Amino acid sequence: MQGLIGRKLGMTRMFEKDTGRAIAVTVIQAANNVVHQVKTMEKDGYSAVQLGFEPVAEKRVTKPILGHCKKHGSAPTRIIKEFPLDSADEKVQPGSSVGVELFEKARIVDVIGVSKGRGHAGTIKRHHFMRGRKSHGGACVREHGSIGSNTFPAHVFKGLRMTGHMGNARVTAKNVELIGIDKEAGLVFVKGAVPGPTRGILFIRKRK
Amino acid sequence: MQEIIRAVERKQLVDRKVEYKPGDTISISLRIKEGDKERVQQFQGTVIQSRGIGTGTTVTVRKSSGNVFVERIFPIHSPLISEIRVVKHGRVRRAKLFYLRKRTGKSTRIQEQK
Repeated sequence: MQGLIGRKLGMTRMFEKDTGRAIAVTVIQAANNVVHQVKTMEKDGYSAVQLGFEPVAEKRVTKPILGHCKKHGSAPTRIIKEFPLDSADEKVQPGSSVGVELFEKARIVDVIGVSKGRGHAGTIKRHHFMRGRKSHGGACVREHGSIGSNTFPAHVFKGLRMTGHMGNARVTAKNVELIGIDKEAGLVFVKGAVPGPTRGILFIRKRK
Repeated sequence: MQEIIRAVERKQLVDRKVEYKPGDTISISLRIKEGDKERVQQFQGTVIQSRGIGTGTTVTVRKSSGNVFVERIFPIHSPLISEIRVVKHGRVRRAKLFYLRKRTGKSTRIQEQK
Protein backbone atom coordinates (compact mmCIF):
# COMPACT_ATOMS: atom_id res chain seq x y z
CA MET A 1 0.00 0.00 0.00
CA GLN A 2 1.33 3.37 -0.89
CA GLY A 3 -0.60 5.68 1.38
CA LEU A 4 -3.04 6.36 4.16
CA ILE A 5 -5.86 8.75 4.93
CA GLY A 6 -5.46 10.97 7.97
CA ARG A 7 -6.69 14.01 9.78
CA LYS A 8 -4.52 16.98 10.68
CA LEU A 9 -4.49 17.54 14.43
CA GLY A 10 -2.24 20.57 14.65
CA MET A 11 1.38 21.52 15.06
CA THR A 12 3.95 21.36 17.80
CA ARG A 13 7.70 21.51 18.35
CA MET A 14 10.14 18.63 18.76
CA PHE A 15 13.84 18.52 19.53
CA GLU A 16 16.48 16.63 17.63
CA LYS A 17 18.19 14.40 20.19
CA ASP A 18 21.85 15.06 19.41
CA THR A 19 21.91 18.54 17.90
CA GLY A 20 19.16 19.97 20.07
CA ARG A 21 17.61 21.66 17.07
CA ALA A 22 13.91 22.48 17.43
CA ILE A 23 11.77 21.23 14.55
CA ALA A 24 8.25 22.38 13.73
CA VAL A 25 6.12 19.26 13.40
CA THR A 26 2.60 18.62 12.10
CA VAL A 27 0.72 15.86 13.92
CA ILE A 28 -1.53 13.74 11.71
CA GLN A 29 -3.91 11.11 13.02
CA ALA A 30 -3.94 8.23 10.55
CA ALA A 31 -5.00 5.18 12.56
CA ASN A 32 -7.37 2.39 11.54
CA ASN A 33 -7.71 2.82 7.81
CA VAL A 34 -10.31 0.24 6.75
CA VAL A 35 -9.75 -1.82 3.62
CA HIS A 36 -12.95 -1.66 1.58
CA GLN A 37 -11.98 -3.31 -1.65
CA VAL A 38 -8.91 -4.83 -3.23
CA LYS A 39 -8.62 -4.30 -6.96
CA THR A 40 -6.76 -7.01 -8.79
CA MET A 41 -5.03 -7.34 -12.13
CA GLU A 42 -7.35 -10.13 -13.27
CA LYS A 43 -10.59 -8.44 -12.38
CA ASP A 44 -9.96 -4.71 -12.66
CA GLY A 45 -6.93 -4.48 -14.92
CA TYR A 46 -4.78 -2.85 -12.23
CA SER A 47 -3.94 -3.51 -8.61
CA ALA A 48 -4.97 -1.09 -5.90
CA VAL A 49 -6.63 -0.93 -2.56
CA GLN A 50 -9.61 1.13 -1.52
CA LEU A 51 -9.15 2.54 1.97
CA GLY A 52 -11.69 4.14 4.27
CA PHE A 53 -11.15 6.52 7.19
CA GLU A 54 -13.30 7.38 10.19
CA PRO A 55 -16.17 4.95 10.70
CA VAL A 56 -19.68 6.42 10.50
CA ALA A 57 -23.16 5.14 11.27
CA GLU A 58 -24.83 3.26 8.44
CA LYS A 59 -27.52 5.92 8.08
CA ARG A 60 -24.84 8.55 7.35
CA VAL A 61 -23.76 7.04 4.05
CA THR A 62 -25.70 6.69 0.82
CA LYS A 63 -27.25 3.34 -0.03
CA PRO A 64 -24.90 2.63 -2.95
CA ILE A 65 -21.87 3.08 -0.67
CA LEU A 66 -23.47 0.99 2.07
CA GLY A 67 -24.12 -1.79 -0.45
CA HIS A 68 -20.51 -1.58 -1.62
CA CYS A 69 -19.26 -1.91 1.97
CA LYS A 70 -21.61 -4.82 2.72
CA LYS A 71 -20.39 -6.63 -0.38
CA HIS A 72 -16.80 -6.53 0.85
CA GLY A 73 -17.61 -7.01 4.52
CA SER A 74 -16.28 -3.65 5.72
CA ALA A 75 -17.81 -0.97 7.92
CA PRO A 76 -18.88 2.29 6.23
CA THR A 77 -16.49 5.23 6.58
CA ARG A 78 -16.65 8.96 6.06
CA ILE A 79 -13.80 9.10 3.56
CA ILE A 80 -13.03 6.55 0.84
CA LYS A 81 -9.88 6.78 -1.26
CA GLU A 82 -7.95 4.43 -3.51
CA PHE A 83 -4.20 3.89 -3.27
CA PRO A 84 -1.98 1.79 -5.53
CA LEU A 85 -0.38 -1.33 -4.08
CA ASP A 86 3.41 -1.61 -3.71
CA SER A 87 3.37 -4.79 -5.78
CA ALA A 88 0.59 -6.83 -7.33
CA ASP A 89 1.16 -9.79 -5.04
CA GLU A 90 0.78 -7.81 -1.79
CA LYS A 91 -1.78 -9.59 0.38
CA VAL A 92 -4.56 -7.40 1.74
CA GLN A 93 -7.82 -8.64 3.19
CA PRO A 94 -10.99 -6.57 2.64
CA GLY A 95 -12.50 -5.60 5.98
CA SER A 96 -9.13 -5.53 7.74
CA SER A 97 -7.53 -2.32 8.93
CA VAL A 98 -4.20 -0.65 8.26
CA GLY A 99 -2.33 1.69 10.56
CA VAL A 100 0.65 3.99 10.63
CA GLU A 101 3.12 1.06 10.72
CA LEU A 102 2.90 1.39 6.95
CA PHE A 103 5.36 4.27 7.24
CA GLU A 104 7.80 2.36 9.42
CA LYS A 105 10.59 2.52 6.86
CA ALA A 106 9.50 5.65 5.01
CA ARG A 107 11.60 8.81 5.36
CA ILE A 108 10.01 11.09 2.80
CA VAL A 109 6.29 11.38 2.07
CA ASP A 110 3.89 13.51 0.06
CA VAL A 111 1.00 15.08 1.91
CA ILE A 112 -2.14 16.01 -0.02
CA GLY A 113 -4.83 18.26 1.40
CA VAL A 114 -7.37 20.90 0.52
CA SER A 115 -5.91 24.34 1.20
CA LYS A 116 -7.70 26.92 3.32
CA GLY A 117 -10.16 28.97 1.24
CA ARG A 118 -9.29 32.67 0.94
CA GLY A 119 -12.39 33.71 -1.06
CA HIS A 120 -12.04 36.29 -3.81
CA ALA A 121 -8.50 37.49 -3.14
CA GLY A 122 -6.68 40.50 -4.57
CA THR A 123 -3.47 40.37 -6.58
CA ILE A 124 -1.26 41.18 -3.62
CA LYS A 125 -2.37 38.16 -1.61
CA ARG A 126 -2.93 35.90 -4.63
CA HIS A 127 0.10 36.62 -6.81
CA HIS A 128 2.44 38.54 -4.49
CA PHE A 129 2.13 41.81 -6.42
CA MET A 130 3.73 44.94 -4.97
CA ARG A 131 1.58 47.48 -3.22
CA GLY A 132 1.29 51.04 -4.58
CA ARG A 133 2.64 53.99 -2.68
CA LYS A 134 0.44 55.30 0.11
CA SER A 135 1.83 58.85 0.28
CA HIS A 136 3.00 61.43 -2.30
CA GLY A 137 -0.22 61.17 -4.29
CA GLY A 138 -0.25 57.40 -4.65
CA ALA A 139 -3.72 56.37 -5.76
CA CYS A 140 -3.29 52.68 -6.51
CA VAL A 141 -2.62 51.21 -3.11
CA ARG A 142 -3.77 47.63 -3.51
CA GLU A 143 -4.86 47.73 -7.16
CA HIS A 144 -3.12 45.65 -9.81
CA GLY A 145 -2.39 48.53 -12.24
CA SER A 146 -2.51 48.24 -16.00
CA ILE A 147 -3.63 44.97 -17.58
CA GLY A 148 -2.23 45.72 -21.06
CA SER A 149 -1.99 48.32 -23.84
CA ASN A 150 -4.82 49.75 -25.92
CA THR A 151 -4.75 49.73 -29.75
CA PHE A 152 -2.25 46.94 -29.92
CA PRO A 153 -2.92 44.13 -29.02
CA ALA A 154 -6.43 45.37 -28.22
CA HIS A 155 -7.18 42.53 -25.84
CA VAL A 156 -6.13 41.25 -22.45
CA PHE A 157 -3.74 38.32 -22.67
CA LYS A 158 -4.99 34.98 -21.47
CA GLY A 159 -3.59 33.82 -18.19
CA LEU A 160 -2.88 37.36 -16.96
CA ARG A 161 -2.65 37.28 -13.19
CA MET A 162 -5.65 39.04 -11.70
CA THR A 163 -7.87 38.90 -8.64
CA GLY A 164 -10.06 35.89 -8.09
CA HIS A 165 -10.81 32.83 -6.03
CA MET A 166 -7.88 31.63 -3.99
CA GLY A 167 -7.40 28.54 -1.87
CA ASN A 168 -9.88 25.70 -1.25
CA ALA A 169 -8.03 23.64 -3.85
CA ARG A 170 -6.23 20.34 -3.68
CA VAL A 171 -2.57 20.96 -2.88
CA THR A 172 0.24 18.39 -2.75
CA ALA A 173 3.15 19.08 -0.45
CA LYS A 174 5.90 16.98 -2.02
CA ASN A 175 8.97 15.52 -0.32
CA VAL A 176 7.86 16.17 3.23
CA GLU A 177 10.28 14.77 5.77
CA LEU A 178 8.79 12.14 8.06
CA ILE A 179 9.93 12.74 11.63
CA GLY A 180 8.36 9.69 13.21
CA ILE A 181 5.29 7.62 13.92
CA ASP A 182 3.45 6.72 17.11
CA LYS A 183 1.98 3.27 16.62
CA GLU A 184 0.00 3.24 19.86
CA ALA A 185 -1.80 6.50 19.22
CA GLY A 186 -1.82 6.07 15.44
CA LEU A 187 -0.02 9.33 14.77
CA VAL A 188 2.32 10.45 12.01
CA PHE A 189 4.72 13.35 12.55
CA VAL A 190 5.96 15.29 9.54
CA LYS A 191 8.33 18.22 9.37
CA GLY A 192 6.85 21.65 8.77
CA ALA A 193 3.40 22.72 7.67
CA VAL A 194 1.00 20.79 5.43
CA PRO A 195 -1.93 22.09 3.34
CA GLY A 196 -5.34 22.66 4.86
CA PRO A 197 -6.85 23.63 8.18
CA THR A 198 -6.50 21.84 11.51
CA ARG A 199 -9.03 18.97 11.43
CA GLY A 200 -8.64 18.81 7.63
CA ILE A 201 -8.50 15.47 5.83
CA LEU A 202 -5.09 14.57 4.41
CA PHE A 203 -3.77 11.84 2.17
CA ILE A 204 -0.24 10.73 3.05
CA ARG A 205 1.63 9.00 0.25
CA LYS A 206 4.92 7.15 0.36
CA ARG A 207 7.61 8.69 -1.80
CA LYS A 208 9.29 6.26 -4.18
CA MET B 1 -7.48 17.06 19.54
CA GLN B 2 -5.33 19.48 21.46
CA GLU B 3 -5.16 16.81 24.17
CA ILE B 4 -3.49 14.39 21.76
CA ILE B 5 -0.88 17.00 20.88
CA ARG B 6 -0.33 17.80 24.55
CA ALA B 7 0.16 14.07 25.21
CA VAL B 8 2.72 13.89 22.40
CA GLU B 9 4.54 16.85 23.94
CA ARG B 10 4.37 15.45 27.46
CA LYS B 11 6.55 12.52 26.39
CA GLN B 12 9.33 14.91 25.46
CA LEU B 13 9.21 17.28 28.41
CA VAL B 14 12.24 17.31 30.66
CA ASP B 15 11.59 17.62 34.36
CA ARG B 16 13.89 20.48 35.37
CA LYS B 17 13.06 20.07 39.09
CA VAL B 18 13.23 23.81 39.64
CA GLU B 19 10.72 26.56 39.95
CA TYR B 20 11.80 29.92 38.72
CA LYS B 21 9.85 33.10 38.32
CA PRO B 22 10.54 36.36 36.53
CA GLY B 23 12.98 38.34 38.65
CA ASP B 24 14.90 35.27 39.78
CA THR B 25 18.55 34.86 38.98
CA ILE B 26 19.10 31.49 37.37
CA SER B 27 22.06 29.63 36.00
CA ILE B 28 21.62 27.46 32.92
CA SER B 29 24.13 24.75 31.99
CA LEU B 30 24.41 24.23 28.27
CA ARG B 31 26.14 21.36 26.57
CA ILE B 32 28.27 22.72 23.74
CA LYS B 33 29.93 20.62 21.10
CA GLU B 34 33.28 21.77 19.83
CA GLY B 35 34.55 19.43 17.18
CA ASP B 36 34.22 16.05 18.83
CA LYS B 37 34.61 17.38 22.36
CA GLU B 38 31.76 18.43 24.56
CA ARG B 39 31.87 21.00 27.32
CA VAL B 40 29.37 22.69 29.60
CA GLN B 41 28.81 26.43 29.50
CA GLN B 42 27.01 28.40 32.17
CA PHE B 43 24.69 31.28 31.44
CA GLN B 44 23.70 33.14 34.58
CA GLY B 45 21.30 36.07 34.64
CA THR B 46 17.88 37.45 35.51
CA VAL B 47 14.71 35.85 34.18
CA ILE B 48 12.82 38.61 32.42
CA GLN B 49 10.22 36.53 30.64
CA SER B 50 8.83 33.03 30.64
CA ARG B 51 6.33 32.01 27.99
CA GLY B 52 4.80 29.17 26.01
CA ILE B 53 3.39 25.77 26.87
CA GLY B 54 4.54 22.20 26.25
CA THR B 55 7.73 21.76 24.26
CA GLY B 56 7.52 25.41 23.21
CA THR B 57 8.19 26.78 26.69
CA THR B 58 11.00 29.31 26.66
CA VAL B 59 12.70 31.49 29.20
CA THR B 60 14.44 34.79 28.44
CA VAL B 61 17.50 35.43 30.57
CA ARG B 62 19.27 38.77 30.71
CA LYS B 63 22.76 39.24 32.01
CA SER B 64 25.44 41.85 31.92
CA SER B 65 28.57 40.82 30.16
CA GLY B 66 31.26 43.41 30.58
CA ASN B 67 29.71 46.63 29.40
CA VAL B 68 26.82 45.21 27.42
CA PHE B 69 23.68 43.41 28.41
CA VAL B 70 23.04 40.08 26.73
CA GLU B 71 19.63 38.46 26.46
CA ARG B 72 19.23 34.87 25.50
CA ILE B 73 16.09 32.83 24.94
CA PHE B 74 16.26 29.20 26.02
CA PRO B 75 13.74 26.50 25.05
CA ILE B 76 13.78 24.87 28.47
CA HIS B 77 12.98 21.37 27.23
CA SER B 78 15.92 21.36 24.83
CA PRO B 79 18.17 18.32 25.22
CA LEU B 80 21.17 20.67 25.15
CA ILE B 81 20.31 22.11 28.55
CA SER B 82 21.67 19.82 31.24
CA GLU B 83 20.68 21.80 34.31
CA ILE B 84 18.76 24.86 35.45
CA ARG B 85 19.59 26.16 38.90
CA VAL B 86 18.05 29.04 40.82
CA VAL B 87 20.73 31.23 42.33
CA LYS B 88 18.55 33.88 43.94
CA HIS B 89 14.85 34.63 44.18
CA GLY B 90 13.92 38.20 43.33
CA ARG B 91 10.90 40.21 44.37
CA VAL B 92 9.20 41.80 41.36
CA ARG B 93 5.66 42.93 40.68
CA ARG B 94 5.22 42.05 37.04
CA ALA B 95 5.45 39.00 34.81
CA LYS B 96 7.55 40.56 32.05
CA LEU B 97 10.49 42.64 33.17
CA PHE B 98 11.10 44.52 29.94
CA TYR B 99 11.52 47.76 31.91
CA LEU B 100 14.99 46.48 32.83
CA ARG B 101 16.07 47.07 29.22
CA LYS B 102 15.84 50.84 29.72
CA ARG B 103 17.94 50.73 32.85
CA THR B 104 21.64 50.51 33.48
CA GLY B 105 23.89 50.33 36.50
CA LYS B 106 22.49 50.21 40.00
CA SER B 107 18.85 50.56 38.92
CA THR B 108 18.93 47.12 37.27
CA ARG B 109 19.19 45.46 40.65
CA ILE B 110 16.23 43.44 41.89
CA GLN B 111 15.36 43.17 45.56
CA GLU B 112 16.02 39.69 46.86
CA GLN B 113 13.17 37.65 48.23
CA LYS B 114 14.14 35.70 51.28
